[in-house]
Amino acid sequence: MKKQPYLLIITLLLFAACTPEKECCVQPEQFEVTLNFTHNWDRLEFTKQDFNELKFTNANGERLSIEKLRYLVSNISLLDAKNHHLIDVGENTGTSISIPNLPEGSYVLSFRFGFSDEDNTDGAYQDLNSVSFNVPEMLGGGYHFMQFDGKYLDTNTEESGFNYHTIRAVDRTDPNNLEFEDTSFEVNLGTIKITNNTEIEIEVNLAEWFKNPNTWNLNELNTVLMPNFEAQKMMSANGKSVFSLGAIN
Amino acid sequence: MKKLYILFFTFFLLTNCSSKEEEIYTPVPYNLEIPTLFAEKLIAPIIPSDNPLTEEGVALGKKLFFDKILSGDNTQACASCHNPKKAFTDQLQFSAGVQGVFGTRNAMPLFNLAWNFDERFAWDGKEFGLENQALEPVLNPIEMHANWDIVAEKLQQNATYPDLFLFAFGTSKINATLVTKAIAQFERTLISGNSKFDKYLLGETPLTSAEQNGFNVFMDEAKGDCFHCHGSNNNPLWTDNKFHNNGLDATFEDLGFGAVTGDPNDNGKFKSPSIRNLAFTAPYMHDGRFATLEEVINHYSEGLKRSSTIDPLMKRVNEGGVQLSNQDKSDLKAFLLSLSDTEFINNTNFQK
Repeated sequence: MKKQPYLLIITLLLFAACTPEKECCVQPEQFEVTLNFTHNWDRLEFTKQDFNELKFTNANGERLSIEKLRYLVSNISLLDAKNHHLIDVGENTGTSISIPNLPEGSYVLSFRFGFSDEDNTDGAYQDLNSVSFNVPEMLGGGYHFMQFDGKYLDTNTEESGFNYHTIRAVDRTDPNNLEFEDTSFEVNLGTIKITNNTEIEIEVNLAEWFKNPNTWNLNELNTVLMPNFEAQKMMSANGKSVFSLGAIN
Repeated sequence: MKKLYILFFTFFLLTNCSSKEEEIYTPVPYNLEIPTLFAEKLIAPIIPSDNPLTEEGVALGKKLFFDKILSGDNTQACASCHNPKKAFTDQLQFSAGVQGVFGTRNAMPLFNLAWNFDERFAWDGKEFGLENQALEPVLNPIEMHANWDIVAEKLQQNATYPDLFLFAFGTSKINATLVTKAIAQFERTLISGNSKFDKYLLGETPLTSAEQNGFNVFMDEAKGDCFHCHGSNNNPLWTDNKFHNNGLDATFEDLGFGAVTGDPNDNGKFKSPSIRNLAFTAPYMHDGRFATLEEVINHYSEGLKRSSTIDPLMKRVNEGGVQLSNQDKSDLKAFLLSLSDTEFINNTNFQK
């Protein structure tokens, strides 16, 4: 009989000791989020297998093919530090970005197409130098945002090459005093709730590069677009409707 | 008592093992000296984890590279077509094999191979990995025309090779895998990164006005637009190591990369070679069709031929090319030659 009060006290003490410890150490559950970039032409999905054929038609009515497609996204909001990712559809690399250990919660999903001026430092990224994604110093240096090469059927119904390369726009009217305009742009896909391991599809509609708001005429604007200040601004404007949120699983 | 015996026996075994381990020679790690610009600008070179560079492995690889014992009739070595004085090519359009039969491709120069990140070697990319690449020329009937079992046996019977393999790889039993591992180790040490243009980028020497203008032509999308495939001041490899159809032919006798991938969209594509050391590596292109740099530049300026797989980066194909002025052509040549690395071709570490 005498033991019972002691037992009760010890039990109470144990509970009292455990409770605050539990509160201090509870970690929110962590999940893996995978961003999958998928590519389509006005809802018709394509992969590398669809390259090299004149199977796409742009808003201006020009038939075209894709031979090389790689582009840069940076500062994905779900990652803490500054980050950049090269997505190469032809090489099938970078299309899936895994973000481990993301605590349960709601997140704004955003990223930047290309590099902002602040991050667009000439020669600073070894991974991008190694795959020759640089922009010549005469255009201000830094990096391509996208290299999209292919062929289109010109007005003489001959296959001609195009190089739809996007970079930071540069006005070279005075070669000794280059004027720049930051043509990278933020893509905000809204708020995502993460409650378990999640796959998020980011749809990339390539046709948008040619139609909204500027209907692109490949017979006029096909190559040597990097030093073309106005073309770069038009491409940047068209790019803003390229990315959208797809399926979340 | 029984337990005591077991304990004693185990102790004996352990001490015996440890003394054997001590007898195995551990090769000395090789210190690969990476040029400043490479270290600054590029990701790390490819060194396979199962074939790290060692002093002994590199030395053995060098000996093998220059040894005619690898050929069927002991008349040719790797160095017969890959002469260090010529940036490891032979300045011939095509090279003759041991039986005097000529190949159909120009011998590729060898340098900076550890930075071929895709690891596709040869003009058509048919060999994956440097070790694997070294297997083929020994077997090829129009090159060294040998049999690997016989080559291994010849090396095994040699007075010095078994010990050299023991020091390099921990075994004196020689086979094709170890031979090619050693050769690949030597090849990874062939680094060329000390041309005049490298020194210019490091602030050690100025360029002439012709070289400077030539570099601008090279980098200008409206002129040469060479940089999309051939590197830049930020990619000191001066190649993308990718496969392109650069408009040499309207139809293809040699399918190149297409014969390897089986994809007709790759027909007529060949690896873009580095533009380093062009002073030592004529003639040019996969089939050595151009004897001079002038011919090469004229090709891109006026000589392009349309075909279904021509690279979209080839501009103004209807006019034959980018139509450079004579001054720009001359300056472009001056720039290209500024990437020649005489220290590399005279490096005694790479000579026999």
